[in-house]
Amino acid sequence: ATFDIKKCDLHKLEEGPPLQAVLTREEGLQYYRTMQTIRRMELKADQLYKQKIIRGFCHLYDGQEACAVGIETGINLSDHLITAYRAHGYTLTRGGTVREIMAELTGRRGGIAKGKGGSMHMYTKHFYGGNGIVGAQGQIFETYNMASLWKLPCIFICENNKYGMGTSVERAAASTDYYKRGDFIPGLRLDGMDVLCVREATKFAAEHCRSGKGPILMELQTYRYHGHSMSDPGVSYRTREEIQEVRSKSDPISMLKDRMLSNNMASVEELKEIDVEVRKEIEDAAQFATTDPEPPLDDLCNHIFYNDPPMEVRGTNPWTKLKSVS
Amino acid sequence: MASLRCLLRSGKTAVRAVLRREFHGTPPAAVQVTVRDALNQAMDEELERDERVFLLGEEVAQYDGAYKVSRGLWKKYGDKRIIDTPITEMGFAGIAVGAAMAGLRPICEFMTFNFSMQAIDQVINSAAKTYYMSAGRQSVPIVFRGPNGASAGVAAQHSQCFAAWYGHCPGLKVVSPWSAEDARGLLKSAIRDDNPVVFLENELMYGVPFEMSEESQSKDFLIPIGKAKIERQGNHITVVSHSRMVSLCLDAAAVLAKEGIECEVINMRTIRPLDAEAIETSVMKTNHLITVEGGWPQFGVGGEILARIMEGPAFNYLDAPAVRVTGVDIPMPYAKILEDNSVPQIKDIIFSVKKTLNA
Repeated sequence: ATFDIKKCDLHKLEEGPPLQAVLTREEGLQYYRTMQTIRRMELKADQLYKQKIIRGFCHLYDGQEACAVGIETGINLSDHLITAYRAHGYTLTRGGTVREIMAELTGRRGGIAKGKGGSMHMYTKHFYGGNGIVGAQGQIFETYNMASLWKLPCIFICENNKYGMGTSVERAAASTDYYKRGDFIPGLRLDGMDVLCVREATKFAAEHCRSGKGPILMELQTYRYHGHSMSDPGVSYRTREEIQEVRSKSDPISMLKDRMLSNNMASVEELKEIDVEVRKEIEDAAQFATTDPEPPLDDLCNHIFYNDPPMEVRGTNPWTKLKSVS
Repeated sequence: MASLRCLLRSGKTAVRAVLRREFHGTPPAAVQVTVRDALNQAMDEELERDERVFLLGEEVAQYDGAYKVSRGLWKKYGDKRIIDTPITEMGFAGIAVGAAMAGLRPICEFMTFNFSMQAIDQVINSAAKTYYMSAGRQSVPIVFRGPNGASAGVAAQHSQCFAAWYGHCPGLKVVSPWSAEDARGLLKSAIRDDNPVVFLENELMYGVPFEMSEESQSKDFLIPIGKAKIERQGNHITVVSHSRMVSLCLDAAAVLAKEGIECEVINMRTIRPLDAEAIETSVMKTNHLITVEGGWPQFGVGGEILARIMEGPAFNYLDAPAVRVTGVDIPMPYAKILEDNSVPQIKDIIFSVKKTLNA
């Protein structure tokens, strides 16, 4: 079926992505399943964190599913992607399995980084993490300059969820029109809660880059239901009403579901069945993640250098020498 | 006692008032204060004392601080003294240094010192070296503070110890408090110091309560930067440490005491300038030395201490080589079992003490 999607705000672009998107039944079911998987996985992570089975930092992605899923459908697995610490959704869309992701969160040997990385440091082929420190506004402008100068085929994506930790965008940015901040780099601003919008914009942006026109910026207006991380209740700087309103009016999964149902692309039972399958997959993964053993102690010092001969690593005192292999 | 606890919850001024009123004429009463509250009180008092002092950083104002160290300060002092910055370390560290040069006395908070790497050029090249480069014309009275070192489960990019990195630089003073008393007295001294001070806190210590004497609660209680403290006297071996590791050293000392081994535990309090004299005096008494730190071994705090001992008068008093107990020489892993084995444990300290004494 064909759906009307919202027009994107454009910066330094004559034309934008199409105002209509075609969605096949298979595509719809696939997007629904993936978004639901991310949603359930994040909620499970919330549970496990509260049970103290997941430790440290945990930045959850629920609410933003349409971004990761929409982006991936607009590009190929052979393209390269890098993100910040709110990375679980991307790890999945980039080829990670729920089992590997959850086992990484619980710090087990079956984890996607063998338990050594944790929530913020997950990697797969052509996915460079998962990065914990993203302080710089300055670095972004340096990058814009070089990408533009050298016409690098790079899509800069800002998932604008309205808050930087506990500070609203109005308090942190002199201009909140992030899609314009690339200045000489063309930009789009779009509804990040609509997976079709994200897909069409990503396809448009990818085409822009692949045709040699240089970098492009995409600002996805989205929302995160959880706080910044599990240690942030998320309600001291925004109201519960605001969160509720987004949930009831703009939830990405509900939006897709309504579209498919009202166009007879799927039945209520079919979608329920997917829900059940997803729930089972998450339960299995959680089961694995809580029963898989922790990494072995002799893995402690491995993976320091690539392609290097084995070496010795100092332990906590001079009499303890540990083994390290590439 | 119950009323005292009640007052503790309602704030430090109430407590001090009570102490003065109710305990007048009796010996000074101690009170339990967490490291977090000690830091909070120190900043509060210094903000009140000198209107040039201000705090800036991420989430320090309206969020009450990412770790709640600056709780209540924005409410009390407002936007002009407690400033929320965007997530942009290089930028706001630079702004803070400029403010210090122009005559204000900023406290620049890094959410953790790992993020200070984004801004390290401002700390070293703009703050530390300027007084020297200007031949005394331009001073930079700034404090960079925040949690340093390993926490729990925060993985490789959020667990690094920067004591050695900053301790390496002339022009910087580097302080690493352990107890609530350290936190309070050293932060006040740091804020009053006319030079750039890097103040390395520890997230795991924030919630730990310590007994604080009445004297240490006075508004002018200062601990001098550059002087170590002997936390526990002993005759058999000198154990030198800083920050959270001091707790582990004291625990190890308690266990060793049962076997008749008496450790002298020194809390460095300051990394730079290092109180070599205090360590030397102790080593000349005990004839044995180990250092204990959370950071990596190579080119670290322990390495510096051992070199100073080699070069100084205490060398001839050593009956065994001095050794270092350190973090394992790897990026911090996430999995609990790996993380636990990446930092010194009490058993590592005990093991090293015994090996040194039997050498």
